[in-house]
Amino acid sequence: MGVSEESAVSLRGVVKRFGPITAVAGLDLEVPPGVCLGLLGPNGAGKSTTMRMLTAQAIPDEGEISVLGWRLPGESKQARAEMGVVPQLDNLDVELTCRQILTVFARLYRVPKGARADAVQRALEIANLTERADTRVDLLSGGMRRRLLIARGLVHQPRLVLLDEPTVGLDPQVRQELWSLIDALRARGTTVLMSTHYIEEAERLADTVAVMARGSIVARGKPTDLVHRYAGTQTHEVYGPPARLQELRAQGERAGWAMRRSGPALAILHAERHDGTLPEGVRRAATLEDAFVVLTGEEIE
Amino acid sequence: MSATALRLRTRRLHRLEPAAVVGVMSRDATVFTRNWKTTTFSSIVEPTIYLLAFGFGFGALISSIGGLDYKQYVGTGIVATAVLFSSAFPGMYGTFLKYRFQRTYDAFLAAPVDTDEIVSAEVLWIGLRAGVYGNVPLLVAIAFGLDPRPTAVLVPFICFVTGCAFVAFGITLAAMAESIDNFSYVTSGILTPMFLTAGTFFPISSFPAGIEAIARLNPLYHCVQLVRDVVVLGVEPLADLGHFAFLLAFGLGLWRVAIWRMRKRLID
Repeated sequence: MGVSEESAVSLRGVVKRFGPITAVAGLDLEVPPGVCLGLLGPNGAGKSTTMRMLTAQAIPDEGEISVLGWRLPGESKQARAEMGVVPQLDNLDVELTCRQILTVFARLYRVPKGARADAVQRALEIANLTERADTRVDLLSGGMRRRLLIARGLVHQPRLVLLDEPTVGLDPQVRQELWSLIDALRARGTTVLMSTHYIEEAERLADTVAVMARGSIVARGKPTDLVHRYAGTQTHEVYGPPARLQELRAQGERAGWAMRRSGPALAILHAERHDGTLPEGVRRAATLEDAFVVLTGEEIE
Repeated sequence: MSATALRLRTRRLHRLEPAAVVGVMSRDATVFTRNWKTTTFSSIVEPTIYLLAFGFGFGALISSIGGLDYKQYVGTGIVATAVLFSSAFPGMYGTFLKYRFQRTYDAFLAAPVDTDEIVSAEVLWIGLRAGVYGNVPLLVAIAFGLDPRPTAVLVPFICFVTGCAFVAFGITLAAMAESIDNFSYVTSGILTPMFLTAGTFFPISSFPAGIEAIARLNPLYHCVQLVRDVVVLGVEPLADLGHFAFLLAFGLGLWRVAIWRMRKRLID
């Protein structure tokens, strides 16, 4: 089996329903080894369900999943032994210290007895928690808890790491800290699959972005390629009273412009194609956010 | 690829791996080093109070039951109560808190650990604790003059097996409960009747025949009989083997049921 050539993660035609709701609707996704793939989508796109299916904590109704060459759900335990998971919801044992948690997980990941203390120390260093090693979790700050969650997923030096919304709900400074942590992972050649609904996070960290909407992948590529393909190079923002913008939108629809709301303005995408025909406004470079809105139909808050 | 991953790749991981069970138990043991005082207090104080209240209260009115001094009768019977309290309740509340509020089991399941191993580890760990706490009433009774037979050394083992069964019972209920309030029904409707009809305070032969037949299906009754036999009455091989087989079957059956219900709860 050519482990190095096959995808680290492969989902084909995956469907997952919860009663009447279809959370994942025919998802196809390949993550090549050594790549940091950002699964970018609005809330409710099915990202977390997809992540849970990769650890067999959710079983798909249809389709095939393999992780690190293991077929799921039958061989998921082997797959889980070789990957690290950082969940979106904090599920740390609040009664334990950082070191105690990491030691328990080193055991669960079958790190041999003689190597456990070193593995724990290394994970503490990566997460910059050495000084808090013997502090109980309920006394840690939100940012430290997140770092500990990451350390827990890295204690056995996995070749694949799943990060589910790694910085959701954190303040900007803590987010920066986590980003450099994830960057370091990537630099070491670890395959990373990261779900996020923050455009900036995907743009900053991911080699490849897969945009997910309503349970399937709607586009995939390098962030800059996605911008060029779906939003062009320039965006033209027109400001004015709502009535005027509504009129402009109707005009644009007749002319076949790609448009989106951008704060108080109406943004016309691919502005470079319509030079000379556009009303007075402000030109700016097209962004991944523009492409995201085009692809998902979702406005960003 | 790290050395660990390489080693694991060479062999298939099973549903029930000792390493995972021990790993989950090590988590419980680590938590226990922090909260052993409260756990121990609640597990032994209540049965001890029952023992003293009934032993001295009723003991003053009833001199003996079936040839046994009443204090000895209750002292051996309450062992089963202590096991029930220190196994069924942690099984219900502890498990519910861990999967619902702390999401501890979710974290385990993302590692190479399956529901079978989580449930088995909880059963073994709390069962072991019950195997220790169950002896406390007996020690109190000994302090008040009970003279145990040598076969009393089997009591911790009997308590362990009974305890495991009731943890599995508790986990099953926790997995089926929609809210923690549901446990009130269990406590009032199942556990309290169970511990009152186990032959702890009076022989179940006092009941009308129909109810006595039902009481014989109470696993706690079999625990009481076993403990009483090995401690004071003397072992009756056939009858005691029957009691033990009943407890074992109850425990093994509920262990599987607990895994099944918990998997339904944890895996979407």
